[in-house]
Amino acid sequence: MIFKRLFPLMILLFALLGNTVSAFSQEEVSHQNVHNEHEGAAHEGKKQLNITELVFGHVSDSHEWHLFSLEGEHGHEKEIALPLPVILYRPGKGLSVFSYSKFHGGWYLDNAGNHISNTTYDGLYVEKNMKEKIKAEDGSKVYDFSITKNVLSMLISVVIIFWLMISAAKKYKAGLVAAPTGFQNALEIAIIFIRDEVAKPNLGKKHPKYMPMLLTIFFFIWVNNLLGLLPGGANFTGNIAVTLCLSLVSFIVLLVRANGHFWGHLLNPPGVPTGIKFLLVPIEIISLFIKPVALTIRLFANMLAGHIVILCVVSMIFIFSAMSKAAGIGFVPVSLAFSVFMFMLELLVAAIQAFIFTNLTAVFIGQAVEEVHAHDEAHAH
Amino acid sequence: MDLLTPELGLFFWTLIAFIAVFLILRKFAWGPILSSLGEREKGIADSIASAERIKAEMTQFKSENEKLMAQAREERTVMLREAKEMKDRIVNEAKEQAKEEANKIIVDAQHQIQQQKMAALTEVKNEIGNLAVEVATKILRKQMSAAEGQDAYMQLLSEDIKLN
Repeated sequence: MIFKRLFPLMILLFALLGNTVSAFSQEEVSHQNVHNEHEGAAHEGKKQLNITELVFGHVSDSHEWHLFSLEGEHGHEKEIALPLPVILYRPGKGLSVFSYSKFHGGWYLDNAGNHISNTTYDGLYVEKNMKEKIKAEDGSKVYDFSITKNVLSMLISVVIIFWLMISAAKKYKAGLVAAPTGFQNALEIAIIFIRDEVAKPNLGKKHPKYMPMLLTIFFFIWVNNLLGLLPGGANFTGNIAVTLCLSLVSFIVLLVRANGHFWGHLLNPPGVPTGIKFLLVPIEIISLFIKPVALTIRLFANMLAGHIVILCVVSMIFIFSAMSKAAGIGFVPVSLAFSVFMFMLELLVAAIQAFIFTNLTAVFIGQAVEEVHAHDEAHAH
Repeated sequence: MDLLTPELGLFFWTLIAFIAVFLILRKFAWGPILSSLGEREKGIADSIASAERIKAEMTQFKSENEKLMAQAREERTVMLREAKEMKDRIVNEAKEQAKEEANKIIVDAQHQIQQQKMAALTEVKNEIGNLAVEVATKILRKQMSAAEGQDAYMQLLSEDIKLN
């Protein structure tokens, strides 16, 4: 299992790079603060470079699909972005659907450093810091079900998955024992890999029942990971809501499918003195709930870190060019080489993370549905 | 910390999309793909198994053939040996018979030779006798023709009588 051997290396690499990145962004934050202090006194014509904002703006969800910025009149940047539909539910006011382009009037900074939209619509305004939140002016609760950039990206990936899988599946219906052709080949390798390396070793004889779920998880994560790597793509799988949702799905499957043997071992471990049980059972219960948390954090952190690293590496060009133009141009090859390397790594990580999520799901479910084996029977005697 | 707080909307849409993808793909993609993959694998395994079986059968046939060949070869050797023995026997028998026949013929020939010799001898004896008689007759006639012969003869006869 070459993946398993690579994984710690990957983590180490991410940790190292992640540290440098965070050091960078902190530096930038302080840099920015200094500038903010200056801003009041001398209003500079050139807009300040804010890498933290840029990076986190790219990795966090948004109500518009930002394409690029244009240098507009009066030194103001003109953002070219695709506004997405906003769907809100407010208790008492019900559902409201409108375009995000309603908030078009630019931003001002409040005291807490948040960007607040100049325009309000229907008693709503946008507060943007790391995240973009639509809030009500009267402070009442707003439930945001908008088709955000991440949701749209996911819908695109869903369409792609449907198209790929169903077109491949048609070939199987046509010729039963025919040799695979074209894309079918690639798909088959992945499917057989999941079946033989993930499902069979962990789930044993019960694996056919869980194959659709494991395959869906694997391809859903993988395709979304890859889509996120495209320039301008959304950081869908690097969003904790997404990974939480997926790991909760696998956790619920685990809880529903877990058999008596699993619960017995969890709540009343056989062959353990009563005193120890008081210690062991809470630990076991905690470890049960740590499983989905681990799944959530692992995928989220890996994908987010990858995106941040790529963005930072690319941003280095602009950081250096802010110092001097020559430094910026000089740094282009280094930065490009780095980002190409990171992209390659991310391509690998996209597959590895999808595999690991699927594999761990299979491992956890496998533990929960495991039958009584010889070892336990020996206990009983 | 903002990044670590999940948004409800995204969670909701992800859940719906994931469940939809799961249900639809299970029915339209994973089901057919997995079942036909299984079928194909079973087909390949069956083909390999039947090929193995045919191979085993072929080896069996081959060994059977070889056994038959060996048997045939052995039979041929036996037949050849038997034929040789028979030939030798026949030749020997023929030789024996021929020898016997030859001996018989020789014996017969000797017999006949003996007989004919005897016959010839008898004939010669007879002839000699006849000749002697003739000669004696001729001599006697000549002797008897003269008076003195007759007297001598008379004397001789009388001597015989006297003797008696």
